[in-house]
Amino acid sequence: MSAVTQSILYLDGVSVAFDGFKALRSLSLTLQPGEMRAIIGPNGAGKTTMMDVITGKTKADEGDVLFDKGTIDLSRYDEAAIAELGIGRKFQKPTVFESHTVADNVLLALKGDRSPFSALFGARNRITGEIIDRYLAIVRLLDHRTRLAGALSHGQKQWLEIAMLLAQDPKLLLIDEPVAGMTDAETDVTAELLKDIARDHSVVVVEHDMGFVRALGCRVTCLHEGSVLAEGSIDAVAGNERVIEVYLGR
Amino acid sequence: MPFAPLLRSFMLCCLVVLSALALAATQAQAQAQTPAAMPAQGERLAAGLERFKADSFADTEAAVAAIAAAGSAQGVAILSALADRRLFAGAAGVFYRDAAGQAFDALTGQPATIPADAAMVRLNNRLRNVVQAALGTMTLLSPDPAQRVRAAEAVFRSRDASALVTIEAALTSEQNPRVRRAFEEARAAILLASADAPEELLIAAARRIAEAGDNDAISLLRQFAGQTTGGLKAVIDQGIVSIEQAQRIRAWGQTLWFGISLGSVLLLAAIGLAITFGVMGVINMAHGEMVMIGAYVTFVVQELFRNHAPHLLDWSLPLAIPLAFITAGLVGIAIERGVIRFLYGRPLETLLATFGISLVLQQAIRTWFGPTNREVSAPSYMAGSFEFVGLQITYGRLWIVVFTLCVFAALLLVLKATPLGLQMRAVTQNRRMASAMGIRTRFVDAMTFGLGSGIAGVAGVALSQIDNVSPNLGQSYIIDSFMVVVFGGVGNLWGTLVAAFTLGIANKLLEPFAGAVLGKIIILVLLILFIQKRPRGLFALKGRAVEQ
Amino acid sequence: MLTARFFRMIEGRGLVFLGIMALVALLVPLCNLYVPPGNPFHVSNGTVVLLGKYLCYAMFAVALDLVWGYCGILSLGHGAFFALGGYAMGMYLMRQIGTRGVYAHPVLPDFMVFLNYKDLPLTWWGFQHFPYAMLMVVLVPGLLAFVFGWLAFRSRVTGVYLSIMTQALTYALWLSFFRNDMGFGGNNGLTDFKDILGFNVQAQGTRAGLFIITCMALALTFIIARMIVASTYGKVLVAIRDGESRTRFLGYRVEHHKLLVWVVSAMMAGVAGALYVPQVGIINPSEFHPANSIEAVVWVALGGRGTLVGAALGAVVVNWLKTVFTTGWLAPYWLFALGGLFVLVTLAMPKGLIGVWEDVRARLANRKAIADAKASGAGSSDVRSPGPQVPR
Repeated sequence: MSAVTQSILYLDGVSVAFDGFKALRSLSLTLQPGEMRAIIGPNGAGKTTMMDVITGKTKADEGDVLFDKGTIDLSRYDEAAIAELGIGRKFQKPTVFESHTVADNVLLALKGDRSPFSALFGARNRITGEIIDRYLAIVRLLDHRTRLAGALSHGQKQWLEIAMLLAQDPKLLLIDEPVAGMTDAETDVTAELLKDIARDHSVVVVEHDMGFVRALGCRVTCLHEGSVLAEGSIDAVAGNERVIEVYLGR
Repeated sequence: MPFAPLLRSFMLCCLVVLSALALAATQAQAQAQTPAAMPAQGERLAAGLERFKADSFADTEAAVAAIAAAGSAQGVAILSALADRRLFAGAAGVFYRDAAGQAFDALTGQPATIPADAAMVRLNNRLRNVVQAALGTMTLLSPDPAQRVRAAEAVFRSRDASALVTIEAALTSEQNPRVRRAFEEARAAILLASADAPEELLIAAARRIAEAGDNDAISLLRQFAGQTTGGLKAVIDQGIVSIEQAQRIRAWGQTLWFGISLGSVLLLAAIGLAITFGVMGVINMAHGEMVMIGAYVTFVVQELFRNHAPHLLDWSLPLAIPLAFITAGLVGIAIERGVIRFLYGRPLETLLATFGISLVLQQAIRTWFGPTNREVSAPSYMAGSFEFVGLQITYGRLWIVVFTLCVFAALLLVLKATPLGLQMRAVTQNRRMASAMGIRTRFVDAMTFGLGSGIAGVAGVALSQIDNVSPNLGQSYIIDSFMVVVFGGVGNLWGTLVAAFTLGIANKLLEPFAGAVLGKIIILVLLILFIQKRPRGLFALKGRAVEQ
Repeated sequence: MLTARFFRMIEGRGLVFLGIMALVALLVPLCNLYVPPGNPFHVSNGTVVLLGKYLCYAMFAVALDLVWGYCGILSLGHGAFFALGGYAMGMYLMRQIGTRGVYAHPVLPDFMVFLNYKDLPLTWWGFQHFPYAMLMVVLVPGLLAFVFGWLAFRSRVTGVYLSIMTQALTYALWLSFFRNDMGFGGNNGLTDFKDILGFNVQAQGTRAGLFIITCMALALTFIIARMIVASTYGKVLVAIRDGESRTRFLGYRVEHHKLLVWVVSAMMAGVAGALYVPQVGIINPSEFHPANSIEAVVWVALGGRGTLVGAALGAVVVNWLKTVFTTGWLAPYWLFALGGLFVLVTLAMPKGLIGVWEDVRARLANRKAIADAKASGAGSSDVRSPGPQVPR
């Protein structure tokens, strides 16, 4: 079982069905600590459902979902507990708190006690601007710290969400379509950003943009109809006959 | 569709009830027959009649006995006239009036005029009982089987030993099974009362009575249970137990029927909401007012008929149904176009705005029709009740149950089998896609809301029959309706059906133990707890679509 | 330092509000007690009671706004907490009547004697003690809110489902309190109060005192609510309102946060109800009626959801309107007006009176800025360039 004990994330035989529709069919995936993995696949391949299963939004009908060297069975926890365990998630559609300022968004995300009392009287009220600024600097949003998040551009919202993800300081980051709707220049910046992050975090990136995936330079898994179709380097996967047939097109 | 069999069995149930009714009626007519004539009737009758002229209670009693012994149809007429103070005696003879006031000669039975000196034959309380008992015995021989049964039942209760001979005689020629059974029961009752009969006969009698199984039978058996010993007592006790059990089952049946009846009212009130809230997701707090509008339409239609065509009054209800549908539907469409369409996607705001509309509608009705209850009468075909396997069922309730199921079926048909239904489902599932395919989504929204409101109006027609038609009518249903829809699972018509009947029956089951109000509170609390457990209702849709 | 932080927390609008409260608390009793009737500055006894009632409603509205405006929980049953607080106070006042009741029973209130009660029900024990009664004023609504909220939030009942359930809750209580065997006076409720802490509730001085206490309680409620929404906790609440599941993915136990604000709000509503009862002199089951709770929601909506001052303002405005309408020839039109208000607020002014005021102010400021710019002749006033910037 060395595959389990060495992994940060271990999915084995995971299946999920919605009203008879099988979103995941016996999906298996293993991620090493510190590894970055890109997930590609056509619509309905189960990418988002896989993220839902990992983060506790959806419960797997069967199969193992293990975290942190196989020591934690994620199926026994809910969303908040899984976030506390150290799994951060960025959604496909940027979901920042639009009526809060950029700085407050990061403040809410910062690692630490998240009980009501901490928020009311405790540590969370004593977080200084410098700590927040550190994260905003990473995503280059320092100039926008007092703006309402709702007023940011689409790309900026994506970055703010990444900043929030970093502020959580998770062991594993799940990033769903980070460059959707971004300009080419923004996409390049994001790729650099993710590579930086991957130095000291494990990262799973779901993305359709093959240029971006190539820029990440990591192992690629292609999902199709709820299970793994191909896995390997970007060139190996992109050259796979089946992948070309169902996803990339000729 | 897992609930289709359920619906089918409901329908079947109603059919069975109706056909049983029809059957009973035809049987009664077909099996009428005349009893055997008794000899020398004429003389006895004449002798009896003579004694009425004496105007003493003792003579009157003797006269009654004589006429009873004579046992003719004429005698029945005379004794009923006596009981109803319509018998007159004078020097010229004895006369009576029939119920319509026509006078007859008692001896000949020919129409006659009553002479001025004839005085009404007086009765005291004791005599009145004697007359009733005599009538009971005599009507045992009546040509009308229904009357024979009633007479036998009277004997069963009075256990008048003098009727035994008549019953024995009648039994020899009686063909009608229902009458035979009544006679046998009456004979058994008399036998049981006369303690000197041999034990086998008594035991057989007790068994016979236990088989009758009604309230009279059990009170009779209870009466004798204490006085007897040995084998007879065992039979009687066993009879009591079995009757009690049958009565318990009947009580359950009655509760079940009440529950179904309440459930159908709930379903009726909620079914429109199942469209506006369940299918469209619009929180329409003015839903109850649509019901109220339907009820007031019924009132107006009925008033018009009463004033202009009173002989067609029974038709006012069927006519009110389409009118209520149209009126409430139009009001609904106006609300949708005027307010709700600006609030799609903002359910809480919709809730507040429609609550405001409900206040306005209530006050409008209060201004036009006054704050007091308005009378909506029941048409003749909804009045009265009948008995079905021991259950008292009123026609009004039965009609409402049948009507509710018809409305439900019609709604299902509209949703599943019409272009509008298809478009509705398309729009609610994916508005933009539907729009892209050329469906006029705004039109469909308005029509869907109009349909839901119209059905609420139709519900109002039925509810006007069982509830007070007042400006507050709607308010009393709105919370229950929401509970039914939420309990059943939003967007699921079958769930609404099951939820309504479940809540109705549960409510009626609780009532005997907890009382009406506490029962309702218990149901509410249980519902609140249930929604905690299953926030999406009994038959929730699963999957990604419901997340947002 | 601390005062500066306090002022920052309260914000300008809140300071104005607190100032007005102080002024009202001072002037109304003064003009009632010391300005002779007939003088144009005299405030009648009836007006004092009426204003006291408005302020209790304002407190209730602040409590409701805390959960609805900031946390997005639309409660259609908050009236239940208000009424429970009122009943707790009413029970204290009933026990104070003692032998002065119609039946002059030393322990049992009149209605219990009338209904042939032998002993005081357990629920009434201890209510003769003021501190215990005050504890119950916050504890009973708080406990009910805790149980209900714990169940509802944990199972993630949200949005309109929650609203309908809160409505069912108050509906169930409404039905219950009508029953005589609940032991709370049934249909008639609790009334004929004599005195509170030894002061005659009917006396002018007591009424003025109660009015001042109500002002102080409203100010205190406002400050607590303001403290809550100005803290990070308030930010978490808004985050939950705008994106509940997103907040959960950040690791927040949404149900705990909701539960806390829910219970605090219920307690505030309970206190408002407790202050309401001695001033109006009666509490009966009609306070539980679902329509009351919805009406309170429209106060908040009219004033401005998510602005505490707006909630208080809305409560006063709507109830003042109600008084104007229902006391004159307009009475039959009150429900039309109220109903229309619901529609108007949701359709035309979703941010309420405060929102309208801010729009007007912003427009004026804008006009002034343009005028200033024209006057100075300077072209560019916008330093920040619009649109997305790609930092590199």
